[in-house]
Amino acid sequence: MMMNSTSIVYLIALPLAGAVILLLAGRRSDKWGHLLATALCASSFFVGLYQLSLMFNRPSQERPVSQKLFEWISVGTFKIDAGLLLDQLSICFVLLITGVGTLIHIYSISYMAHDPHRRRFFAFLNLFIAAMLLLVLGDSYLNLYVGWEGVGLASYLLIGFWNEKPAYATASKKAFVMNRIGDMGLSFAIMIAFATMGTVSFIGVQAAVEQTSTPVLTGIGIMLLVAAIGKSAQFPLQAWLGDAMAGPTPVSALIHAATMVTAGVYLITRSNFIFDAAPTAQLLVVIVGAITLMFGALIGTAKDDIKKALAASTMSQIGYMILCAGLGPVGYAFAIMHLLTHGFFKAGMFLGAGSVMHGMNDEVNMRKYGALRKAMPITFVTFGLGYLAILGIPPFAGFYSKDMIIETAFNAGGSKGIILGIVTLLGAGITAFYMTRVMILTFTGTPRWDEKAQPHESPWLMWLPMAVLAIGSATSGYLLSSNDSLVKWLSPLFESHEEHHELLPPIIVSALALVMVAIGVAIAFLKYSRREIDAVAPKNVSIFTRIAREDLMQDRLNEAVFMRPGQELTKTLVKTDAVIIDGAVRAVGRLTIATGLSLRRVQNGFVRSYAAFILMGALAMIVAIWVVVQ
Amino acid sequence: MDAANYLYLSALLFTIGAVGVVVRRNAIVVFMCIELMLNAANLSFVTFSRINGDLNGQVVAFFTMVVAACEVVVGLAIIVTIYRSRRSASVDDASLLRR
Repeated sequence: MMMNSTSIVYLIALPLAGAVILLLAGRRSDKWGHLLATALCASSFFVGLYQLSLMFNRPSQERPVSQKLFEWISVGTFKIDAGLLLDQLSICFVLLITGVGTLIHIYSISYMAHDPHRRRFFAFLNLFIAAMLLLVLGDSYLNLYVGWEGVGLASYLLIGFWNEKPAYATASKKAFVMNRIGDMGLSFAIMIAFATMGTVSFIGVQAAVEQTSTPVLTGIGIMLLVAAIGKSAQFPLQAWLGDAMAGPTPVSALIHAATMVTAGVYLITRSNFIFDAAPTAQLLVVIVGAITLMFGALIGTAKDDIKKALAASTMSQIGYMILCAGLGPVGYAFAIMHLLTHGFFKAGMFLGAGSVMHGMNDEVNMRKYGALRKAMPITFVTFGLGYLAILGIPPFAGFYSKDMIIETAFNAGGSKGIILGIVTLLGAGITAFYMTRVMILTFTGTPRWDEKAQPHESPWLMWLPMAVLAIGSATSGYLLSSNDSLVKWLSPLFESHEEHHELLPPIIVSALALVMVAIGVAIAFLKYSRREIDAVAPKNVSIFTRIAREDLMQDRLNEAVFMRPGQELTKTLVKTDAVIIDGAVRAVGRLTIATGLSLRRVQNGFVRSYAAFILMGALAMIVAIWVVVQ
Repeated sequence: MDAANYLYLSALLFTIGAVGVVVRRNAIVVFMCIELMLNAANLSFVTFSRINGDLNGQVVAFFTMVVAACEVVVGLAIIVTIYRSRRSASVDDASLLRR
């Protein structure tokens, strides 16, 4: 029996209270709203630390704790409590969300200082933190679903925060609509689970997996994968993430890099018992991850918008995590490890990008940057640490987490292992290429600034969080992987490791990865560092560059395959409605009117004809009675 | 004398009255035809009273006479009024409610 706790709920309640207070108090809280929101997020982080210390002091089997909030749904035998579950997996997420969240709150105080709606921004940020915590703390798929929708809402609100620009409002709508497809997958998974297993709680489903047939589990697994694809911007639902960069940069850092988009990885890891029992679904997970990691990396090579380049990189890195989570029990812990380190370095780099934009009048085009190293030394150093981390240079974070993924991919066994290994290695090389490109275009070379640009370092409220995240980028990999600490910490949640196929020894994998990274960096240097960069993107480029600039045609594909036929379908339905449904209704009306008009003639005003009618009626009645009596 | 003959007579009188109401235009004649129908009904009431050997039919006949008397008063008043305003006693002319 799991231990009960009464203090988990504070994790969610604190930021939720912040959101409620700020939204209800309105303009009255303009002066202190951002401080309250930051304080509440930070206190939620400290509650998380307290929970972690409690958890450390318990033996590993007693570490998970639960809390029942209230009886939510009780219909006949169907009972669902609103309950929370804090175990080794969710505490990792809690600390990531509240920790990075607090840093980004602090950063936003300064970044959004001149925005008239800063209070609303902080209210939405707090709402997001609360929803995301509910997502990772819910003890059943249904509770998770509430948080899942909550983060979708917060993401929508924050992407469209500057919705006075129609393009931004459209971007938020696009993100919301594409996320709905994933949400539909999650709701189907919940329905299938309830219909076949009669329960939707994690513990209940885990217990019921053994008695459930493989096709059903595969169905649930695929639906969960669809959910993960939508939320984590994986192929083929990845098109929304690039446009989501319309939101303020702290939002991109928190929601679209560190936390929300990794919810898909959480979902797959949390549902490990389903995927372990459904090999087909698991294979699909790996395929989706592999495709996305290449897809994102290729898009990243062609983007001139610094935030979109980072977004493509996020897509690609989450592809790594999904791939790794699809490799089964050996992979889950490494997926989570990459998720945590990625949370540090990608959030750090996004904040760095925000700092650059802050100094450059919100210019996002990297072709108009150049030589910012001198003007923004702190941003350069913190961004550079994130850069080294994502490349996987030892001893920075990415070296530990990404190498583990590449190694696990190679060791997956058979031709699958070799293909995945090569894909992940190639991905590492391309990552090195496009990240080096970002570094060169932004920080080195000659200035290509607009005349009005006055690049300057950001205030300390902004660079402090960047520095903390940069330290995390540098050290988190080592901390999490020394003595396999994260793997051991998470191991009670997953089935024990199967026998290990050892295709390549770790040292060779690391060497291969470093060689790939070196090649990527070298190509980027040759291409961008040795000659002048055009301030305007060149037009006469190869077809491949053009395709990559257009997100590998995904928007066009969506438009041709889904939007146009969808519009046609809608038009047909409208026409059907107008002609058949409305036609039937109108025909009934016309018939009634015509009948009335013809019957009106009977009312001719002649008393004698009325009398004749009465007589005939009476006679007809008599005849009828006579017939009946006979 | 067979009681059925009275019923035949009643039916005959009623038919004459009904046909008169439908074919004649003069309000006074129509009125008289209505009276004829009422009295035909009265005759059949009385006949049934005789056949069944009780007084119910007779009583109803008295009621009918009373109602008919009232109806004559009201009806004649209406006819006179219409005649005064329209200078005609034709029922076909009294068709103002048609529109």
